[in-house]
Parts: sequence; structure tokens; C-alpha cells
Amino acid sequence: MNIKADYKPSGDNGILIVFSNQISEDINIKVRGFQQAIAENLNMHNEIIEVIPAYTSLLVIYDATKITFKKMVEKLRCIEEIVHSINLPPSEVVHIPVAYGGEFGPDLINVSNHNGISIDEVIELHSSVDYLIYMIGFTPGFPYLGGMKEKISTPRLKVPREKIEAGSVGIAGNQTGIYPIESPGGWQIIGRTPLKLFNPEEEPYVLLKAGQYIRFEAIDKNTFVNMQNEVNEGTYKVKYSLKGSV
Amino acid sequence: MSSIRILRAGLLTTIQDLGRVGFQQYGIPVSGAMDKYSLKLANILVGNDRGEGALEITMLGPEILFNCGTTIAITGGNLTPTINDVDIDMYRTYVVKPGDKLKFKGLKNGCRGYMAVSGGFSIKPVMGSKSTYMRGQFGGFKGRKLKEEDFIPLKKPGILLEDRKIKLNYIKNYNNRVVRVILGTELHMFKKDTIDVFLSEEYQLTNQCDRMGYRLEGPGLKHVSGSDVISGGINLGAIQVPGDGKPIIMMADRQSTGGYAKIANVISTDISLLAQMKPGDKIRFQRIAVEEAQQLLIDEEKMLDDVEKKFSSLKEKIMEKNTTRVYNIRVKGIEYRVVVEEEKVKS
Repeated sequence: MNIKADYKPSGDNGILIVFSNQISEDINIKVRGFQQAIAENLNMHNEIIEVIPAYTSLLVIYDATKITFKKMVEKLRCIEEIVHSINLPPSEVVHIPVAYGGEFGPDLINVSNHNGISIDEVIELHSSVDYLIYMIGFTPGFPYLGGMKEKISTPRLKVPREKIEAGSVGIAGNQTGIYPIESPGGWQIIGRTPLKLFNPEEEPYVLLKAGQYIRFEAIDKNTFVNMQNEVNEGTYKVKYSLKGSV
Repeated sequence: MSSIRILRAGLLTTIQDLGRVGFQQYGIPVSGAMDKYSLKLANILVGNDRGEGALEITMLGPEILFNCGTTIAITGGNLTPTINDVDIDMYRTYVVKPGDKLKFKGLKNGCRGYMAVSGGFSIKPVMGSKSTYMRGQFGGFKGRKLKEEDFIPLKKPGILLEDRKIKLNYIKNYNNRVVRVILGTELHMFKKDTIDVFLSEEYQLTNQCDRMGYRLEGPGLKHVSGSDVISGGINLGAIQVPGDGKPIIMMADRQSTGGYAKIANVISTDISLLAQMKPGDKIRFQRIAVEEAQQLLIDEEKMLDDVEKKFSSLKEKIMEKNTTRVYNIRVKGIEYRVVVEEEKVKS
């Protein structure tokens, strides 16, 4: 890929690097490669304070008392030159068990009705894809996922719910996602995972990272209850695999 | 245990430091003091690290009872603080005794006061910070604002023997209504004449102003076509303009990412000025260059260094015991600070 990035000042201590105005897996890989190149080549905790990767851009927050905007851009341009040589580790797939339907997924029926397919088909379609985590944002640990099948896309609820439980898995238009913390929201809730996506008290604070993939795995209610106990006791081991393997 | 006790809650008091830095890539907001400059000055006064957690007191102050002797300083917006119903100065250290009561009579200027205690609060940091993030219910004291009958433990209360004051020229003028900005990352998404309107007209803070963001009322801003961008990171002070054309300034508790076009970004040094404004206040935006804003930031850091250096030579004068009493006595118009050290004498 030979796309020149665009560098703009975002206030007096930020630089927004934009790689494209189109969302694609290739561009997102470039964003991640760039983030890793920065971590490997620039002094992360002296001049650079933090880096926020997104779909097609990277926001670099730096210490403006230590380096000027111009010098920082120069350094980042040098990084851009070597991004192609960065070897990103193979992508991880995080396996997310989900109890679909019933009390955990009251809107599963809506998705089924809206698309004129059976509930089993909805579950099959939703859990048969590996979803790329393009970025984390919106709330602590919330993954922006790509790759959902159009056959299960469903508009948001007309009236949002005041309270959606943490771990709820939902559909909004042609996006799917998981609520890491209890919050209000208008997504069609189709199931729930017993896993904790965000825990401010313990490392790792968030379960998911940009660049990983998510694979939903259907579980029944009993399994959900058992897993939830294990999660609460700290004995549950999250299942990971490498992208491409079964 | 040494602590302060909240007798009345006031409007909104939270513990804040310089924020939860480094976790935005995981969707975790930075939080921290809205007015970092005042927070740093309060901490410097009482001999703490600049970034120690302190109380951020919004508009209507709490009533606080001290259960131990320590030293406090209050900076930022003036909420008219009193100790045992006697007015005290802002930007000055006070030694308090067990049983002393701190109250606030009302907002005189600004919006947020900062109270630092010598040694800081004994609060377990969450992700490296003592800042309270109320929406996420974590950090600070139990992840929430302080309420009646809370006991906030103190780490190392100390009696400061020196009467410290900050000179007027270090204090920001809150009557200044000009907020300086650097033009935004999505400037091309706005009509040319809209940028002129933004930089010349007055904007008013609406009632929808909180630690997350300030919604402004004023002449509507027009996009060339559409207000949405692909979601990405948002910096502190970014001015987003959604489809209704009304700007929103992103503050301390902002979400880590957003999807509206940004017309400008408030410069770092003026964020603390903005933090001291309240609903109804009117502001104007002034454009400056990145280099200029960075120089202002360097100058401000140097000012803080100067204040700290002036006081730091006296750091050893902080006592860690509670047997010292300090009294301010006025004799023939001259104020004296009298230090009494209790010592048991064998009989």
C-alpha cells in the first residue's frame, strides 16, 4: 500500500493522522501497524503521551512542552517510511460465549421477524463470522465490529431502553456489538455473554483490543450460569485462537 | 484514621487529579480536573506533587469537618470559603485543627474551586489515577460525587509552618471571555463564511454544560454537506459541530472517540479558563497559530515551576505529627503566625 497519510494539528498537543476516508480492513491494518511502529521507535512516555487508533485514523497526543508540532510531524513521517516493514503478529480470535434469546435476548424475535428468517438461522448467521475489532471507543471496552451478515441487519428500537445489562449482545442497522457496562441504548438485544468486557479494578481492564477478531459461540442458559460463576470467581479462562485456525 | 467528614454535600464535589492517561485506546475517558492549572497551584501550595488528587468543588460548596489537623489551600473559582464562619483567602495556606469546619458562602467568580490537603487523600488509584469518572462509576471516592456523612481518609496530613500565598499575577482573570482556538481537523467540511461567523460572533454556554462537554448557543454553523465523519479520537477542547449547527466543546469526561466534524480546538492553557465559566456566560473564539499556543503552554509550565521552586526549599518544614498548633495573631495591625509545639514534660 502506498497511501500518503495526512497530518493535521488537533489542538496544540495532538496530531490527527488520517490514512483514508474509506473504512476497510487493509486501512485498519495500516493504522495498527503505524501504532506499533510508534511504540517500537519513539519514546512513548516522554514525548508521546498516548495514541488512539480508530477506523482510518490515529490521534497522537504529545507533550507540547517537550517537542513542537513541526518536529513531531517530522518524526511521525519518518515512522510512516518504515511502517511497511512492521510485522504485525497474527490476529487473535477471542471466543465470546453468548446465550441467545429468552431473557438474555428479548429482541431476537424482532431480528427474525424483520428479516423473515427463523431464530435458529439468526443465531447461525450471527455466530458464523469472525468480526474484526476496528477500534475500541464510545464507552470503556466497547468494540466497533465489522463484517456482520446483511441478512440479519435490523434497525434500532424505536424507543431506546433505559437499562441494558452489561454483556448484552445487540444489532443496530448492519452493526453488531457488545455493551461492556450497564447503560441505556436502542440496540436490538439478541443475547448476552457471561464474560466481563470491562473491569476497572483488575488488569487487564478491558477484554478486547483493536485488531483482534471476535467469534460468538452459542451456549445454553445452564452453561451461561456456570460460566458466570467461574468469571466471578476468577477461574474462567477466555478462549483464544489464531485467525485462520478452527 | 485521619479524615475529613462531609456534613453537607453541596452541588457537585469530586476527587480529581490530572486524569487517567494512556487508556483512551481502550475507550476509557481521561477525566481529571477541569481546571488543571488551579489544581496544580493548590497542590503546590500545600507541598504536594502537582498532580495529587484534590477536591473539585462546583458552584455550591460542601460543608466539611476536619477530624485531624492538616494544611489546606483553595484555588480556582471563588466560592467564598470560611473556616469556623470566618472568611479565608483563596490561594493561601491555612492550618486547620480537629473540629474545624469549612463552609462556602456562595459563588463570587469562576465556577469550580479546588481544595488540596497536605499529603493528599488516601484513595486507591484506579488505572493510575484518583480521578472520579461518574458516568462509569469508578475512580475517586467510590466512583461518585461526595455526599453527606462520607469520611474521606487523608494520607499524610501535615502542618505547614509557613504561610504561603500565591501572587496575583499567577492567577487567571476569569472575566476574560476570549477563548483561543486552533482551527480544526475537519475545517474543509464547513462553509467558508461559517468559519468567519464562528470566529466573530458571540456564543453562550447553555444549561447543558457538564464535565463531559459544553453545548453552546449562537449563530448556527453550516456544513458543506453533512456533519458526520468516520469515528476517531477526540482531543480535549475539540469543538464538534453536529447536524444542528450548534457547537459542543469536549471537556474532561468526554468519550474517547467521536464522529462529528470539528471546526476548532481550544488551546491547552484556555481550557482552565473555560472550566471556570458557567451556563449563561458568553464567549468569543479567537484563532491563534499552533506555535503560539505551544509557547503559551511552555510559559505556563514555567510559571508553575517558579512557584514550586520558591516553596520547595521550605518543604522540610512540613511536620507529620499532629502535636503542632499554629495560630494567626494580629497585634497592632501586624499579623503573626505563632507555632506551638506540644511536648510532654516529665514531672
